[in-house]
Amino acid sequence: MGRSIIEKIWEAHQVVQEENKPDLLYIDLHYIHEVTSPQAFEGLRHNGRKVRRPDRTFATMDHNVPTYNRYFIQDEIARNQLDALAANCREFGIQLADLNSQDQGIVHVIGPELGLTKPGMTIVCGDSHTSTHGAFGALAFGIGTSEVEHVLATQTLWQTKPKTLKLEVRGSLGEGVTAKDVILYIISKYGVTFGTGHVIEYCGEVISAMSMEERMTVCNMSIEGGARAGLVSPDETTFSYLRGRKCVPAGSEFEAEVRRWQSFASDPDAEYDKKLVIDGSEIPPMVSWGTNPGMSSGVDAKIPVYEETASPEEEKALRGALEYMGLNEGLEIQSIPVQHVFIGSCTNSRLEDLRAAAGWVKGRKVKDGVRALVVPGSQNVKRLAEEEQLHEIFLEAGFEWRDSGCSMCLSMNPDVVPAGEHCASTSNRNFEGRQGTGARTHLVSPVMAAAAAVYGRFVDIRKEEYSRNAEKVSS
Amino acid sequence: MEPITLLTGKAAVLDRANVDTDQIIPKQFLKRIERSGFGQFLFYNWRFDETGREREDFELNRPEYEGASILIAGENFGCGSSREHAPWSLLDYGFKVVIAPSFADIFHQNCLKNGILPITLSHSDIQSLVRQTEIQNQVTVNLPEQTVIGESGRPAAFDIHPYWKEMLINGWDEISITLRYDSEIQAFEEASAI
Ligand code: SF4
Repeated sequence: MGRSIIEKIWEAHQVVQEENKPDLLYIDLHYIHEVTSPQAFEGLRHNGRKVRRPDRTFATMDHNVPTYNRYFIQDEIARNQLDALAANCREFGIQLADLNSQDQGIVHVIGPELGLTKPGMTIVCGDSHTSTHGAFGALAFGIGTSEVEHVLATQTLWQTKPKTLKLEVRGSLGEGVTAKDVILYIISKYGVTFGTGHVIEYCGEVISAMSMEERMTVCNMSIEGGARAGLVSPDETTFSYLRGRKCVPAGSEFEAEVRRWQSFASDPDAEYDKKLVIDGSEIPPMVSWGTNPGMSSGVDAKIPVYEETASPEEEKALRGALEYMGLNEGLEIQSIPVQHVFIGSCTNSRLEDLRAAAGWVKGRKVKDGVRALVVPGSQNVKRLAEEEQLHEIFLEAGFEWRDSGCSMCLSMNPDVVPAGEHCASTSNRNFEGRQGTGARTHLVSPVMAAAAAVYGRFVDIRKEEYSRNAEKVSS
Repeated sequence: MEPITLLTGKAAVLDRANVDTDQIIPKQFLKRIERSGFGQFLFYNWRFDETGREREDFELNRPEYEGASILIAGENFGCGSSREHAPWSLLDYGFKVVIAPSFADIFHQNCLKNGILPITLSHSDIQSLVRQTEIQNQVTVNLPEQTVIGESGRPAAFDIHPYWKEMLINGWDEISITLRYDSEIQAFEEASAI
């Protein structure tokens, strides 16, 4: 019987396997950032322990860095956290992309961009969206601070073998439908817990046809479906993305690596604990209207009505969500007003995302009364976008163009949505208070967010008048 | 970590599904670099109004729940981020046990690593436990026996991985255990030329 990539990576990293215990798994790569690491370093110091493999640890500052006037951090506690990270990295000999580094950015954007993330690896980070790196055929998952400390000290983790879930997206996507819509659709269809206890392997024609950046968007939100990790078997798209990146070997060494990476891809006869199949053509551009990512619908739909909910619990959840969102049951999604637009986050802040949004925005104006922000995922993305003059398109249209960071994805920095106002956001979580106390988040793709900025509400970008214009400006 | 064996205490009921980590501890409180003192921020936006006064309509603010050490929660408790500030705030507030029909994976793991016992019980076991707490709010959790029981009624059994059971009963620190495997880790690194 063949093996899936999940089993192959697992087996290749087992250090200890004993009865009645989780397996001790070797961790190839450990990313850290300022929010979930200080207490871990404190623990090391307290016990007189060292970092076992500083060479397999990479740090960046992202969660609470300002995206405007970035060296001027007013929030003293945030500054302490950044200073603590810098001091810890110095003390323990860990490489850090700080605010002065041209490589600085959101941890899940820069790891792939620098070529640190590679197929077949086990990767962890004290951040639940570590699943993003699964796009490369790596087993990548988020951990808590105790585990961060454990990995720093031992380069391993005790883990119970997850179940496997094969999720196949067949056929092709319609016009105007993006990777973000694919993953929002999956979560709205199967719910926010369908992946609990599983690692998802995404496959099928739609996934194969995706670029690496699109695959990252899909894998990124695996956690919103309850799965700690989601991945895609490595293929030519993966290898050509990696070729020539800063931390990837060149020449014959690269070819040898590719052969090794290929060996991790799932065997055609691999078995899985669970399988799901969807057809790409059934996926519309999506908009979330509630307070978890599963509460999403196609842009042409209406918000559900209480009467049609499947259970009293569901009705209660729907009522709670709509009350928080200030929306009525049965409302047309396209009539939801939007006062803020955020294009950014580790889900959708890469060059292709900015190109897609800029392509649509070109020659148009942000509607009066709408505040729109573009926050590139890394300083490298920012530079490349500027080389293509994308920033000029955004600025011309009335968007703000910022430095990289997590920004309004979780609003730990000064980028906050005021209470009661609606934000079309390309991030991954629409939980209560995520973008600010009382803020109302709607998750969408970059091009849907761009359109919302121009119209001050959600529009169906598949509609001819919109897409025809979009083609005109991008050609 | 403090060992957990037998615990009798008051239970507080928070009957909401999909309580996410942003609700357990809102992000504005993640900036501290210590592990302690997070209890005051637990469920902050639900517990307090804009002026910082306790909200009367929030479950945990009920006087009868004061001093509760067991939290009975809803489906998919702890979904969302990996922030360990969530279990830290629960622990610091006084909760040592969380009982729910299901948990989000990372949160579940984070509880175990911080000496909080997460117990998964069926909906019906939880309902009967909640009914019992309404009469007399005393719940006993017996980790060696793997049971939960109210003042009256039958004990409900729960599952826990033997590894975690041993860790929690002894209050062990996982890192010191792993460091005993140092030669295995080293051998692995050498064999895979890492
Ligand atoms: S962009 Fe958002 S989801 Fe991604 S790492 Fe930053 S805070 Fe987390």
